[in-house]
Amino acid sequence: MSFAPYAAAAWLFVIGLYGVVSSQNLVRTVLNLSVVQSATYLVLLGVGYRHGAKAPIVADIPTNSRLVDPVTQVLVLTDIVIEATVIALLLALVVQAHNRFGSVDPADLRALRH
Amino acid sequence: MSRRVRLALFACAGPGLLAVLLLGLHGLPAFGDFHGVYGLLVDRIEPHVRHATDIVTGLNFDLRAFDTLGEEFILFASVSGVALLLRHLRDEDDEIERSRSLAEHRFAGASDSLRLMSLILIPLLVSLGVYLVLHGALTPGGGFQAGVVLAAGPLAILLAGRYLALKRVAPEWALEAVDSAGAAAYTLIGLGGLIFAGVYLKNFLPLGTSGHLLSAGMMPLNSIAVGLEVTGAFLLTWTEFLDQDVIVAREEL
Amino acid sequence: MTVLQAAVLILVVVAGTAIVLVPDPLRQTLVLAIFGFALALLFFVFQAPDVALSEIVVSAVGLPVIILAALRKISEQTARRESDEEGSE
Repeated sequence: MSFAPYAAAAWLFVIGLYGVVSSQNLVRTVLNLSVVQSATYLVLLGVGYRHGAKAPIVADIPTNSRLVDPVTQVLVLTDIVIEATVIALLLALVVQAHNRFGSVDPADLRALRH
Repeated sequence: MSRRVRLALFACAGPGLLAVLLLGLHGLPAFGDFHGVYGLLVDRIEPHVRHATDIVTGLNFDLRAFDTLGEEFILFASVSGVALLLRHLRDEDDEIERSRSLAEHRFAGASDSLRLMSLILIPLLVSLGVYLVLHGALTPGGGFQAGVVLAAGPLAILLAGRYLALKRVAPEWALEAVDSAGAAAYTLIGLGGLIFAGVYLKNFLPLGTSGHLLSAGMMPLNSIAVGLEVTGAFLLTWTEFLDQDVIVAREEL
Repeated sequence: MTVLQAAVLILVVVAGTAIVLVPDPLRQTLVLAIFGFALALLFFVFQAPDVALSEIVVSAVGLPVIILAALRKISEQTARRESDEEGSE
């Protein structure tokens, strides 16, 4: 049972990768990429968890209580907001590709180059 | 390579990747059994050393502020990339000018109740965003989350169906100014640390009593800078995507 | 690992698999919003409220607006291309 979050993260990673490989629409590729990213969040937060510990906010609990690791939370926190803008950049690329080639199918993009 | 070849390749590589991942993750300590030294040390000393009750924000904007500088500029670069890619598509400039003569645009589905709800949402979202920015060092919050909430305020105008009103409230030059001001402010605050405390991004302002609004030194300032930048970034991204299809489509009605 | 954590983890895995299996990008956006909410719930029961707050605002507000606007622009470019082709015939 103690391995469950890591197993879930590995599953999400591989199934997201399968989505990226098998999609016929570039927008779907980008959305499946976000599933892969959430697998990494799961691993990071799973590493930092301690049994019976509280959130690292000491506004109302004594400062020497048992707390969860805050460093991994910092990594995931900024990453989530950055992920949204990187997906926006990828979607802007998809829109431009569709504008030039008339299709969002990755196979079509290759053919029209010749 | 065609889709079939890709899938065939993945059928061999996928299960192998899954097996290697599971094998690798087995080496980690069991879930809940955290042994790291740095995290536990920060948990114990941070409220005394920096007077911030939210330890995550304390790490984000003070102890590891340099990492946040890097992340902030990743955000800035992606938004610049989006603006660069999508403005190139804007070759219908005259259509935008013609559409400005139409006084108010209404979306077909924007009923009166939706407009009323959006009107109620705008002050709620803006005040929640400002609260989250200022209380970054005290409770869960901080610049990153608050920036998105603040950006959602003007977005409610879009929900009410008044896209041109959104353009008047948040014109492009203002969004760019806000975004760049946030990024520059964060860098300059770090420079203050260099001048007054000898180390770039070191906390140089008085720390105050923990739990009060004006405590934890430069953390509220950093939080405000990042909040400004994230707000500008998200609103800029949204308007870049929405610009052409909303304005040009309404022209054809 | 409490029962609550296990239940939310199962929800996250099911939602994540559902995103990959849905064929239409428009419906995928809706499932992505649900997945984001489940993920925020998971972060909350892992004692990370800052991260949960961040995930909620991004996946409920930030991402769907961007994705829907991009889909709208793509469908509109398709429509314009088809009308151009009809006009030139």
